[in-house]
Parts: sequence; C-alpha cells; structure tokens
Amino acid sequence: MVDAGIITAIALTVITASTPLLLAAIGELVVERSGVLNLGLEGMMIAGAIGGFAAANLTGSTAIGVGVAAVAGAVLSIPFGILVINLAANQVATGLSLTLFGLGAAAMVGEPFLGTPGLKLPKLDIPGLTDLQVIGPVLFGQDGLVYLSFVLVAATSWFLTRSRAGLTLRAVGDSHDSAHNLGISVRKVRWMAVLFGGACAGLGGGYLSLAYTPLWTENMTAGRGWIALALVVFSSWLPWRVAIGAYLFGAVTILGFHAQGAGIRIPSQFISALPYLATIVVLVIISRNKTLLRVNTPACLGKPFVPAR
Amino acid sequence: MAKAGGSEQSDRGSAPLVHTIGLTKRFGELIACDAISFDIGAGEIHALLGENGAGKSTLVKMLYGALEPDEGTILWRGEPVRHSNPAEARSHGIGMVFQHFSLFEALSVAENILLGLPPDEGRRGLADKIRTISREYGLPLDPDASVHDLSVGERQRVEIVRCLLQEPQLIIMDEPTSVLTPQEADLLFVTLRRLAAEGRAILYITHRLSEVLELAGRATILRRGQVVATADPKAESAASLAKMMVGADVAGVERPAASVDGSAPRLQVRNLSVPADGPFGIALANIDLDVAAGQVVGIAGVAGNGQSELFDALSGERLADSGAIVIDSQPVGDKGINARRQMGAAFVPEERIGHGAVAVFRLSENVVLTHHGAGEAVAPSGRINRHAAREVETRVGERFDVRRSTDDPRASALSGGNLQKFVVGREIDRDPAVMVVNQPTWGVDAGAAQTIREELVSLARKGAAVLVISQDLDELFEISDLITVISDGKLSPVYPAETLTAEKIGLMMGGVHHAHDGLQAATDGGESGHAA
Repeated sequence: MVDAGIITAIALTVITASTPLLLAAIGELVVERSGVLNLGLEGMMIAGAIGGFAAANLTGSTAIGVGVAAVAGAVLSIPFGILVINLAANQVATGLSLTLFGLGAAAMVGEPFLGTPGLKLPKLDIPGLTDLQVIGPVLFGQDGLVYLSFVLVAATSWFLTRSRAGLTLRAVGDSHDSAHNLGISVRKVRWMAVLFGGACAGLGGGYLSLAYTPLWTENMTAGRGWIALALVVFSSWLPWRVAIGAYLFGAVTILGFHAQGAGIRIPSQFISALPYLATIVVLVIISRNKTLLRVNTPACLGKPFVPAR
Repeated sequence: MAKAGGSEQSDRGSAPLVHTIGLTKRFGELIACDAISFDIGAGEIHALLGENGAGKSTLVKMLYGALEPDEGTILWRGEPVRHSNPAEARSHGIGMVFQHFSLFEALSVAENILLGLPPDEGRRGLADKIRTISREYGLPLDPDASVHDLSVGERQRVEIVRCLLQEPQLIIMDEPTSVLTPQEADLLFVTLRRLAAEGRAILYITHRLSEVLELAGRATILRRGQVVATADPKAESAASLAKMMVGADVAGVERPAASVDGSAPRLQVRNLSVPADGPFGIALANIDLDVAAGQVVGIAGVAGNGQSELFDALSGERLADSGAIVIDSQPVGDKGINARRQMGAAFVPEERIGHGAVAVFRLSENVVLTHHGAGEAVAPSGRINRHAAREVETRVGERFDVRRSTDDPRASALSGGNLQKFVVGREIDRDPAVMVVNQPTWGVDAGAAQTIREELVSLARKGAAVLVISQDLDELFEISDLITVISDGKLSPVYPAETLTAEKIGLMMGGVHHAHDGLQAATDGGESGHAA
C-alpha cells in the first residue's frame, strides 16, 4: 500500500511545478486572443523572478515581492508593446529579443543576490481544514498565488465568453481591420492585453523564486516560458484547457522524478521527454473539434496592425 | 424601429442633413477624392454612382469616420463635424453597411451585431431583437450562427441588420442588393423607402443603374475622384447615367447565336450528390447538368443555396463519385483540381483574394499557382520558369486591360475590378475546354464587368463549355444561352434564357420549380423559401 503521505507529497509538488506555467500561460492566452504573439514570455518570467526575489529580500515582505514580480513583468512588456503595437514591428523578432534581453538583464540585476537565502511565500493554514488527510494540505494549505492562478483561469474564461470587453478583445484578435472599421481602438485593447500578459508572466516567474525554490539562480526559469507558450497553442486558446495542460505537464514531470526515485529503470532522457509528449498528445486529442479550433484561433495572431487614416 | 424623427426633421428642413465642402483625400500621389462637395437631405434616398476607383468608398469612409479628410469640411445638420473614428460618427447617427464586410468570422451573428451597438448595450434580449428586426425587413437571420459558416449574401444581411439596430439618421449602403433575389431587393427597397419616410437619409452606392432610376431621389456621379454631375434620375435614362459615370458610351455584350452541334457535351454532371460540410453547409442532391461546346450555361440563385458547394465539387476541391462529373467523356468526379486542369478545365472561384489569388504574391506568381499543375510552360518539371510566368502576366494584362501601377505588382495592389479581370483572364488565357466561373463580376465596375462578360461569351463561341454561377440576373440574361436555378442544393430544370423573366427566376430561387402553373400559383415563393 502506498501511504497517504507520499500521495500528499506528490500532489503538493505537482501543484508547485504547474502553477508558474499556468500563471504565465493564462496571461499569454489573453495576449494572443487580442492578436499579439509575445514570444518574450521567458524574458518577462525571469524579470518577475528576480524582481520578486529582490523586493522580498530588501523589504522582508513576500507580498511586496509578489507585487513587484507582476510589475517587473509588465514593465518589461512595455518596450515590446511600443515596438509591436505602435510601430508595427515584427512580433516574432521583437518577442525573441525580449526573451534574450530579459535573461541578460535579470542576470545582471541578480548578481548581488546570488547565494542569498530567500523568503518563502507563506502557505495558507486553516486549523481543522488544513489538518485533514491528503485533501487538507492540498486544497486548503496552498500559498496565495496557487489560488490566484485558478481565480485567473475562471475570470479569464468568464471575461472572454461573457463580457463585452472580452468580446471586443476577441473581435480585435479575429480581424483588426473590421474592429477598426467599427471604431474599436485596436491599439488600446492590445496594450491592455500585453500589459496583463506581462504581469501574469511576472507572477509566474515570481512564483519560481518565492515559492518553488526560494533562491535566485541565473536562468532559473529554465525554458518554462516556452512551455507556457506551447500550452496556449495546444489548448486551442481556451482557459480551462490551459489549466489542464499546465497540470498535466507538471504531473508527468513530477511522476517521472518519483518513478526514477522508486528505482524504475527507464532511460532518463525518456523521462525528460515524457511531459512534453504526454501534454501534446492529450491536448491534441481534446482539440480535434475543428469548429471549436476555427472559432477560437485568433485569425490576426502575429499580424501587425497599421490603421488607415 | 419607428422613431419619431419626422417632426424634428421638418423644423430643420432648411439645412441639409449632411453637406460636404471641398472634401479631399490623397493616398500618396493618388487623389482619391478631389474637392468633393455634395449634400444629402433628411428623408432623401441619394444615389452615389461611379466606377471602381472613382472615389465612392473613400468618400463614404470619410463620412463614416473610418478615414480622415486631408482638406474640406463635413457639415452635419449645418454644424461642422470631425469624426475621428466610426464610433463618433455612429453617435451622431451615421450608420454604414460595408461592401468589403466588416464582420468577425470567429464570432456569432449576435456577437457581431453587439459590437456595433453602444457599449452599454447588453446581450439580453438581443437575439430576439435580431430575429424580429431581420424578419421585419425581410432579411432572416439566425443570431446563434457563426459568421464563418455564412454565405456572402447572409453576411451582408448581418451588416444591414447591425446598421438598422443602431437607429441611424443617415444610412450609407455600399451595393446592398448585389446578393439579393429580385424579390428580396424589392423588399429591401420597400424597407429603404420606409426608412426614408421616417425621416432618415440613405446614401446608396450602386453600379446598377436600374436601381438608381427606381429608388433614388437624386444621384451624385463621381469620376476619378471628382463630382461630374448631380442628376435627377427621373429625368435620366440608364444609358445617360452610364455615360456620365464612364465618360463614354457603354455598349451591351454582343452575343452571337450559339451553334451547338450534336456531339457529346464537354461538361456532364450526372446525379452529383455531396453531403453538407459543417452544420451550416448545404448538401448537393442529385444534380444533373450538361454544358455543350459553344454554350454558356448560367446558374442563378440566392447566396447560400449550394453555389459554393457546387463550385467546389466541379473544380475538384471536394471529391465526389467518379462518374458524377465527366469532362470530355472522361469521368473525373474523384480526381483533384490539377487532374481536371490537365484535361483542359479552368476554374475561377468567388473570392478573388485568398481563393483566386494570393494577396502578397506578384501577379506572375499567381499565374504559376493555377498553371503549374497543368504541366504548362511556367513550371516544367516543378521548376518555376519566371520568364514564362511573366509572359503570361503581360499577355493577360494587355488583353484584359488590367491596370497595373508597376510591372508585375502584388495582387493586393490591384483594385477589385482589375484583379478580377486578371483572375478570369489568367484562366481564359489557357484556352480551356471547360470553364467554371463563380460570381464573375461581383463588386466589379461596369467597364471591367463588360470586358469579362464579353470574353466569357467569346470563349464559348470558340468551342469551350462555359458554366457561370452568378447572383446577378442581368448578367446571366446578358451572357447565358441556358439558365437553371440552384435552390437548397438542387437544380431546377434548364430553360433557354429567352423563355425566362426575372420574376420567373425569382420564384424558382424560392424553390418553386416544378411546373409552369406552379410558377403562377405561388406568388410569395421567393420570400419564404430561403430562411437562413
């Protein structure tokens, strides 16, 4: 019999592994729904990671750390927005340079913090509920960002399908020319989306340095920005599928470690590749519905918008 | 819908609703609108006439706030206004039905309409409102349908209903009837007259001179960005208006008698059935049709009755049973588009950009797209022969008078009419044995339409079988020897063109095509038969 302690431990690590992906991906989903492809996710995440770590360290408050992480991500998205939205620059090239810039800048800013012990985001503790076996710590003993990630998924889903502003955002992503003809300010909508995406990516990065491993190391995002980007596409731009994808990826990653730890003889390369394979296969299977795909894929994704005046 | 605007209007009867003074818009070197001054009164139906490129669209976009004038003033009820965006124009009460639709493909009909309404307007009750208004004005719509599943005609209905829901005082309509049956057009005219009687002004852009004569109180005629005349249609004839528009006399298409010998038809369709593609597609049922060498056969019908499905099946974009389509006695129903091209068939689809041509490709590259698969000189053994492609491009350009600003421009740089001449010309240049064209002159000016129609007739007379799918009845009567009607995926019997009238075809469009007494029995058939 597997004892309950191990199951709890696995569930807890899955949540910690999945949350940064989910936070970054839900922001990128909103950005892409508005027709902008921001490949700078990795750069904005690392900015959030160092920003959050440094702020928490200097002020002694993890709450300020989380706030600064979001702001750092959003600030880094500003040059991207200026280039891509106002100057209609190529989105792919601009996004890639944003990633490179973010990684470099974070390494420079983070130099003094190397090896400094960090602060860890406190976990919620509700006496009685948190003490329950397995579900107690898993459901009621998480830190605030975990809950926030699910609030964001639900809110984004509601926003996109039920609110007028969400409809406008989808309209801008579907055809910026038609939106412009109707008098919708395409640039304004895209700016809001890009800033929101930057803040979410910053939070995802902040989670890494404040909860996942409360330490600052260079390149600590380790490609998670790219995974989040892929999750958005494979989840056909639907918020709840992003959540499924993020957790699937987190779960398979963690289970791989445990499998190795338990002495099951599988080549380690296969273990490393498994999360990618499993996530892609599952998300491809659930996105077979062509109509759904056609309706949710932003038709103007990556296209620069130049209004005729 | 009925808003008491009448009394308010009469108080201000002296100042026109809209008055433009010296409105000018330049795009680089090109002066699209050159000091345009004209006015529209409340309750007036005002026609704006002109060929493609005459500046009509630019002018109305400035009125609607989608473009900013370089010079000149717009007076709205006597007050100078500057609309920096369409939302401002809408808040003044200017609504527009676009020619190149301004719809969102991924959204539903109701969502598309909601986006055009003021921001405080909610979704609640909107679906019912859409159903009521659309039925009331004879433009039936399903609010929950996705726009990408709708035909061109249905999309236009969405645009019109969206505009009507905004309660506009001035309604700008860009060729609204081009996708309607004659009966639907009549219904729309009733609607427009009613809107005008309510005190609203209508600015009506069209190429169809008969509509101007029937509907408009005044007509402003544009040529090369300038107002050449403001006419009273009652004192003019179609020919005199056309002359002002083009600056020269426009002749009708000459159609020598078809000489059909008794040999087998070049294009045979036998019992062609194709299932519907998606929930809003139309299934084709048991279609039989022959097109002989030397003949032009026209297929009339309201948009969304299976025209695009039929075109896709004929061209090989969708496959059917082998024997369902026969070209020159060879069954090709299960063969792809290139196999059919190799047998001498040529196809011109409805959408010239995105289907007929790639916008960012140069014209010569667009030549390669349809010619390479047919084993022709432009791409022998898979390698592109740019020289040969350029030769075709130049030849087509000269023969069809495709006006290009530079040598071998990108397809997107051409106006709609010019690109359509090129897309049709590119296929005719191959000297096809069988030619299938869907909407050959949709959104094309009178001069270009004339050229295209003449070329189609002369292609047939040289021995090709030509099949034209069109929603423009005048066009079908002008060029077809035989006419049939498609309705809900089924074809009516084929009639010689001279035995038909627009009214008879209108009834068949509604699905009444059994016997001649059926035509007389069902007088309202055209209106009830094609609910979306």
